[in-house]
Amino acid sequence: MNATSNMPSAPDFTRDLEIVAPLTPRQIFLRRARRHRGFLFGAGVILVIAALALLAPLLAPHDPYAQNLISRLQPPVWMDRGAWDHPLGTDQLGRDYLSRLFYGAQFSLLIGFTAMVISGFIGTSLGVVAGYFGGRVDLIITFLITARLSMPIVLIALAVAALLGSSLTIVILILGLLLWDRFAVVARSKTMQLRDADYLMSAKALGMPRWRIILTEILPNIMDAVIVVATLEMAHAILLEAALSFLGLGVQPPLPSWGLMIAEGKDFLLFEPWLIMIPGAALLLLVLAINLLGDGLRDISSPEARS
Amino acid sequence: MTVFFFKRLGLAFLVALFVSVLSFFMLRAAGDPAIAMAGEGATAADIEFIREQFGFNRPLLMQYLSWLGNALTGDFGESSYFAKPVSQLISERLPITLGLGVSALIFSILLAVPLGMLAAVNPNSLIDRIALSVSVLGQAMPNFWFALMLIVIFSVWYPVLPASGNAEWRHFVMPTIVLGYYATPAIMRLTRSGMLEVLNADYIRTAHAKGIPASRVLIKHAMRNAILPVVSIASVQFGYMLGGSIIIESIFALHGIGQLAWESISRADLPTVQAIVLILSLIYVGLNFVADLVNAWLDPRIRIA
Repeated sequence: MNATSNMPSAPDFTRDLEIVAPLTPRQIFLRRARRHRGFLFGAGVILVIAALALLAPLLAPHDPYAQNLISRLQPPVWMDRGAWDHPLGTDQLGRDYLSRLFYGAQFSLLIGFTAMVISGFIGTSLGVVAGYFGGRVDLIITFLITARLSMPIVLIALAVAALLGSSLTIVILILGLLLWDRFAVVARSKTMQLRDADYLMSAKALGMPRWRIILTEILPNIMDAVIVVATLEMAHAILLEAALSFLGLGVQPPLPSWGLMIAEGKDFLLFEPWLIMIPGAALLLLVLAINLLGDGLRDISSPEARS
Repeated sequence: MTVFFFKRLGLAFLVALFVSVLSFFMLRAAGDPAIAMAGEGATAADIEFIREQFGFNRPLLMQYLSWLGNALTGDFGESSYFAKPVSQLISERLPITLGLGVSALIFSILLAVPLGMLAAVNPNSLIDRIALSVSVLGQAMPNFWFALMLIVIFSVWYPVLPASGNAEWRHFVMPTIVLGYYATPAIMRLTRSGMLEVLNADYIRTAHAKGIPASRVLIKHAMRNAILPVVSIASVQFGYMLGGSIIIESIFALHGIGQLAWESISRADLPTVQAIVLILSLIYVGLNFVADLVNAWLDPRIRIA
């Protein structure tokens, strides 16, 4: 911090403050976060969507599974024939679209988050082990990463889901087992950068066992980078889940996944395009928000890495 | 360079072998292929017959070895749904997918490289912001949804493009845009950051100081070096696009290998699925190998590592 604060390029009074009273890392983080528009937007949108998903039973105006064949395909309120009893209209079975959208957010977030945790665990473990031990271990793990990158994941995910029979658990497991590559790449290179750090040397000299060095010295120091990858991979998992559900091999009807809603609306593309526009826009917004949050976290935690 | 060549070739070979093992066993572990192929309402005798006919009753390792041995000679067995040799199906369908992939790659490079360069030359300008939005949006857009939106706009509201089929070039316009846009963010970010790095280099300042016109410095001195990493990411993206074309082809009803994959997956046509997984992986491994060579040829520093 002090190295940069000695040569201010533009009048920036927060820097002067830092010289007077050094800020804690948390204060620096909050200070930068408050000024980062992408981060704020991303965090805000995610909070809103997460709140809607969690509070769906309270907020949804209707039961998301209740069919009403008399009021099928009622358009949203801003179109002709739209009415406030179904603000976003109804689908081909007369189910309230807004309620299905709220409940659908649960699936996107649940699947994206769990798949990310699984792949994050696998990838980070492999990456840290490869980076810390180096040598032959590193060769083998690098080989695994290369092999994983060579496999067409969409195709494999679809084939496995089709053969196993699709369910929520299976979708989560497939995505979790396929999306670990970026975690491994980043954790490996970050660990390699740390390997010769003084505090690792002294931990080793003190006789600290390897697993404790990894858990208490390395992991906390690479966490920033891993969290950034985690956001991007969560977004990736959400997009893949939607694609799987869109093709009928993800979340199964009548559950309201956004990908599935788009697939069901596809048949009415000609006259009722809003049926695909609404869940698609929700998906776009959620993934956009997660990506912006991730980019923001990277800028905030290591501004020098910003290109 | 020769050592480098053979090292990389050996690695590519090992990766290809490993991936073939992995995908074979993964698809086999995912369920009993005989039951899946027999479909609903099949009797135990039907299933036993299929098991016998396709050799599913042999030890898995034997099945793999004979499958790999045949695959090396270009024989992927018979498709259980199309009742044709898988190799014939694939050779019929592959050109369409490759054509789509190539045109998507060209579209994406034509969009990403100029935009990335302009953004790097004028950092934080309007064009930089536009480039950033294009890339952020491209990363967040579900490609199947983008495809449907294009259909709504260009086939329903303003009927200028056909929504499905593969008879003439107009059928390929929307699939190319969707697939190409998918690869754009990565290529553009790399062009921009590569260009920014190069523009700060000493030799660029020297070139300017010598009085060489700015446009010439940009194209002859800067672009040549900035484009280097783009070569390898472009080949990687091409591999991703071939894998991703399964969704696009099923939406636009293009009879390429992606749609073949989709059809064979939904019909539990295991020989075809396995062949396609293997071929796409091989193409990807091959592309990576070529990209490594091109990079090493362009940048001698890589050869030593």
